[in-house]
Amino acid sequence: MTTHAAASTPLGFGSMRRKEDARFLRGAGRYLDDIVLPGMLHAAILRSPYAHARIVSVDTSAAEAHPKVEAVITGETLAGLGLAWMPTLSHDVQAVLATDKVRFQGQEVAFVVAEDRYAARDALGLIEVEYEPLPAVVDATHALDPDAPVIRDDLHRTDNHIFDWEAGDAAATDEVFSRADVVAECDLLYPRSHPAPMETCGSIASMDPVSGKLTVHTTTQAPHAHRTVYALVAGIPEHKIQVIAPDIGGGFGNKVGIYPGYVCAVVGSIVTGRPVKWVEDRSENLMSTSFARDYHMHGEIAATKDGTLLGVRVKVLADHGAFNGTAQPSKLPAGLFHVFSGSYDLRAAHCSVTGVYTNKCPGGVAYACSFRITEAVYLIERLVDVLARDQGWDPAELRMKNLIRPEQFPYRTALGWEYDSGNYPKTLRTALDLAGYAELRREQAEKRARGELMGIGVSFFTEAVGAGPRKHMDILGLGMADGAELRVHPTGKAVLRLSCMTQGQGHQTTFAQIVAEELGISPDDVEVVQGDTDQTPFGLGTYGSRSTPVSGAATALVARKVRERARIVASAMLEVAPSDLEFVKGRFEVRGDPAASASMAEIAMAAHSALELPEGVEGHLDATCVYNPPNLTYPCGAYVCVVDVDPGTGQVTVRRFVAVDDCGVRINPMVVEGQIHGGLADGIGMALMEALAFDPDGNHLGASFMDYLLPTALECPSWELGETVTPSPHHPIGAKGVGESATVGSPPAVVNAVLDAIGVRHADMPLTPAQVWRAMQGRPLRTDLSVT
Amino acid sequence: MQITVTVNGVEYTRDVEPRLLLVHFLRDELGLTGTHWGCDTSNCGVCVVLLDGLPAKSCTVLAVMADGHEVRTVEGLAGADGLDPVQQAFSDMHGLQCGFCTPGMLLTSRALLDRNPDPSPAEIREAISGQVCRCTGYENIVRAVRAAADRAAEAGTAAGTVTS
Amino acid sequence: MQVPAQFEYERATSVAHAVALLQRYGPESRLLAGGHSLIPMMKLRLANPETLIDINGLDELRTISLEGGELRLGALVRHAELMASAVAGEHFPMFRDAERVIADPVVRNRGTVGGSLCQADPNEDLSAVFTALRAVAVIEGVDGRRTVPVREFHVGPYQTVVGDTEILVEIRVSVRPGGGSAYTKVERRAGDWAVAAAGAALWLEGERVADVGLGLTAVGADHFGAPQAEEFLRGAPATEENFAEAGRIAAEHCRPVADQRGPEDYKRHLAGELTARSLRRAAARARGREA
Repeated sequence: MTTHAAASTPLGFGSMRRKEDARFLRGAGRYLDDIVLPGMLHAAILRSPYAHARIVSVDTSAAEAHPKVEAVITGETLAGLGLAWMPTLSHDVQAVLATDKVRFQGQEVAFVVAEDRYAARDALGLIEVEYEPLPAVVDATHALDPDAPVIRDDLHRTDNHIFDWEAGDAAATDEVFSRADVVAECDLLYPRSHPAPMETCGSIASMDPVSGKLTVHTTTQAPHAHRTVYALVAGIPEHKIQVIAPDIGGGFGNKVGIYPGYVCAVVGSIVTGRPVKWVEDRSENLMSTSFARDYHMHGEIAATKDGTLLGVRVKVLADHGAFNGTAQPSKLPAGLFHVFSGSYDLRAAHCSVTGVYTNKCPGGVAYACSFRITEAVYLIERLVDVLARDQGWDPAELRMKNLIRPEQFPYRTALGWEYDSGNYPKTLRTALDLAGYAELRREQAEKRARGELMGIGVSFFTEAVGAGPRKHMDILGLGMADGAELRVHPTGKAVLRLSCMTQGQGHQTTFAQIVAEELGISPDDVEVVQGDTDQTPFGLGTYGSRSTPVSGAATALVARKVRERARIVASAMLEVAPSDLEFVKGRFEVRGDPAASASMAEIAMAAHSALELPEGVEGHLDATCVYNPPNLTYPCGAYVCVVDVDPGTGQVTVRRFVAVDDCGVRINPMVVEGQIHGGLADGIGMALMEALAFDPDGNHLGASFMDYLLPTALECPSWELGETVTPSPHHPIGAKGVGESATVGSPPAVVNAVLDAIGVRHADMPLTPAQVWRAMQGRPLRTDLSVT
Repeated sequence: MQITVTVNGVEYTRDVEPRLLLVHFLRDELGLTGTHWGCDTSNCGVCVVLLDGLPAKSCTVLAVMADGHEVRTVEGLAGADGLDPVQQAFSDMHGLQCGFCTPGMLLTSRALLDRNPDPSPAEIREAISGQVCRCTGYENIVRAVRAAADRAAEAGTAAGTVTS
Repeated sequence: MQVPAQFEYERATSVAHAVALLQRYGPESRLLAGGHSLIPMMKLRLANPETLIDINGLDELRTISLEGGELRLGALVRHAELMASAVAGEHFPMFRDAERVIADPVVRNRGTVGGSLCQADPNEDLSAVFTALRAVAVIEGVDGRRTVPVREFHVGPYQTVVGDTEILVEIRVSVRPGGGSAYTKVERRAGDWAVAAAGAALWLEGERVADVGLGLTAVGADHFGAPQAEEFLRGAPATEENFAEAGRIAAEHCRPVADQRGPEDYKRHLAGELTARSLRRAAARARGREA
């Protein structure tokens, strides 16, 4: 459980200090706003103060007259270029700058380009916009009311319905429920939240008027996808677009999509002939870029009277905001939500999801959710607790009794997923032992007798990451396979080029370790190149915990290709058949004569030398690979949270948090644990404080960090980690991915603990002191609306 | 107006607008981009620098208010003999991921150890509670600061360099 | 990031100079102390002063002293300095209670006592503390100094009796023996504004309450006070039952407003609960049973 780097650099897997730290520790990172291009201008966006209003007029004359203003772009300007609307990642369109109506508070209305950022901001105050306010759709549960205002009249819609979607076998599920001894049901809201990385989103567009090449430096988790989308949106030939992601100050899904400001920056650069930088401020980040969750769920769980779980049935109302812009595999409008049968051996399950428009910001899949698995895990892990409470069963025992057993893997779920591997009972047992579960229950009983409120919450999650198999998953028609290129220089030093993009996960280190493991060289001798589309192969980027499962696999395979090329070169060097050579970390040895051998560096030099190679062998040691995953990987984990609740005030103190993760093989355990720590803090945030609520007029009530609260060091306990290791059978190195596991798994553990403490069946997150107190009074609050 | 600010021991004289924020003075006027910004309301603390030795949120200080004062930024942490012990400990204990909040965390940690060479984990958490990290869950930051304190104690020196 | 609109900037070299500058620049000028309330509001363009008069150089306003039986806090004392002050903490531990939960440690290095009071945010903590302590504000203007009880200092949300050409220079608190004080706050997260908070200063004679001062914030208490609860307690036995009853009375007389920190009924509940808790702790301290 002690996290620290190894004293020496491993030749492969193992804890080691991160290579990227050197620059970050010195303030020498290069983030988007640190970049200054020659002649660069600065932009600012005028946004709608209304959630829903018709635009009567926009007068930019005073702003244009400002001595430092170079250009003012409006929806009308863009309409003239055919750019007023852009496609979303979910087959909808989104306004770049509003032309007809504004549809959420904070929507983009005008774009000012000026000599400096202060002047750009000043000029916003000089633009006169006349609005005709309209009634807003705020409460998603009323979005489909017959008299609800219609938001998308631009699409000639007559209501706010987006889609209906279902998964599972409805008839089989109904059948299971009809025969069940006990059924528990519950309404659960997973409130709208925001990934809120510490660095906001931004972009610098630079159109070279001579070459016609567009260079976009931008905070993107998916540089290649961005390049293709720019080509599709703006009609610029794709080979004339270079997207460069610099160091990124956290992403968590917030930096997957293309935002109107990015498109405006491109137009601004074309109009002015100079580079244009646009960086959103914090309010803009919270009000207009991709939110997360916002699922209103009605769940039911069926069981026998001896505690065997039988089935789960779910109805979801999904609030997608004013434009349907969720970022997920195209065929899956609810993402991977249909893994909601979780970690249990169920006979049947079914869900139906209805998506609706509201007058809120678009987005929808963000904040480390693994394409809505956060919502799915929260649903099942709350339902199990509700059932246990109703029946007087111990929630840990109920889980243990129903977990999928190790011998059932590969396990096909009632919803059609094929879980690759796991030893769930062992993982749960490890967590309960680490927590001292029985002792905690004894302590709880003693405290309860004294009127003290202590709660113990358990959650078990199965993640599904590494999207994904090309035949099942694409985004905007782009299959979700990742490329990798590995070049070994004559002196044996290597450069690995990847399509995925680190936002703090430590790719420069861990991907070098994968190459090191495969080739037996030092990770220090492997340079990892990411982020620049002119320098890296195509792939869909880093989100959904997909980097290790997809790009990591590509890296291992491309290194193996290099290794096999090296074998041929070594066979020429040592004058033996390739099959007579044995790879021993870092060298090829002649079988039976280990003294006759060649190191990777010697082989690399020989590969570039005058050495005569067999017929048809090209020389050099470079290789490329595209990895199309055969299946997702399925990390799992068991979490135990212990809380104390102040009965007089409702304040929650998270006393302990035990997390046992199984993410398969760990490349760099130190980095893995760091990823888990961060996700656990997200769980504290979501369960206790983070939510975006809206008042009846659609005003955003979380538009700054004064109102949208993120956990600090004082709310987080000292995390207690454990592990089990079940390699993925289909991943080249057995790794499963871990980036979002803790974000997915921790919220229900915290919520279950708090509700266990106060003896309440259910109350929605965030469990603020007010919400806990109200729940104790039997009158919990609606956490998506303004508190009255 | 003309101001003179000592940053990392070097005096800089510049003509600035009164409204220029200290964070922009450092970043845009002096090119010291190690100091980041993350919010507008002095809540997140990624912009923390040391102003006359004390942590301050540079997004909420006007550059003109720093006239005649001393500022220390992350660029001024490492000395001629290498990284500050706090910097080294952050790497050893994996106290940083995306690196965005790191400069502010390092400076607050440095200031804490200067004042209290042997802080408890609770004192460390309190000291950094005005600064948000979205990546680390704070645990490894706490361990890093403790490690820096331990190492300084082992070395037989006060963890700090500044005494007054 | 957001940036303020343009303004003129002047640096005051003395209190008299600050007053003269206020006169010269008129009502659209504002004093700049720590700036941690004002500058964010200027960045959000909710405040757009034409002139800022920087008083950070007025070292004479940065002292904490005990004079003539009074604790005197200069208006420019930073929150961190008040929190660390041995003399303030010795006589009134509620200062430490409150300062520990005002904003965060970094903000407390800059934010000032006078600035917090003059910002007059209805959720501000020291307003309740000084109300409980019956502090007196010293205000200087062209015609010299005047004193105003803190209980008359606030005239509404974000409004005080300090005139356009005046400056708050000091806050004074009488030091009396036999007392104890405490401040209790509920916040959604460290560093957040109060959902509700209550401070109590209590002086005991034997087991009777000789005198008491209460202050409440964020619950719509008139002038941050709870005079009816004080009246009830004065002369009464210092018992758990009476503290609870005082809390009930305080809760009854406040007028909380629902917001995302909590609904009206919860805030009213907290007004009572936290008043009782602060009284309990203040009494323990008066009896020397708790630091």
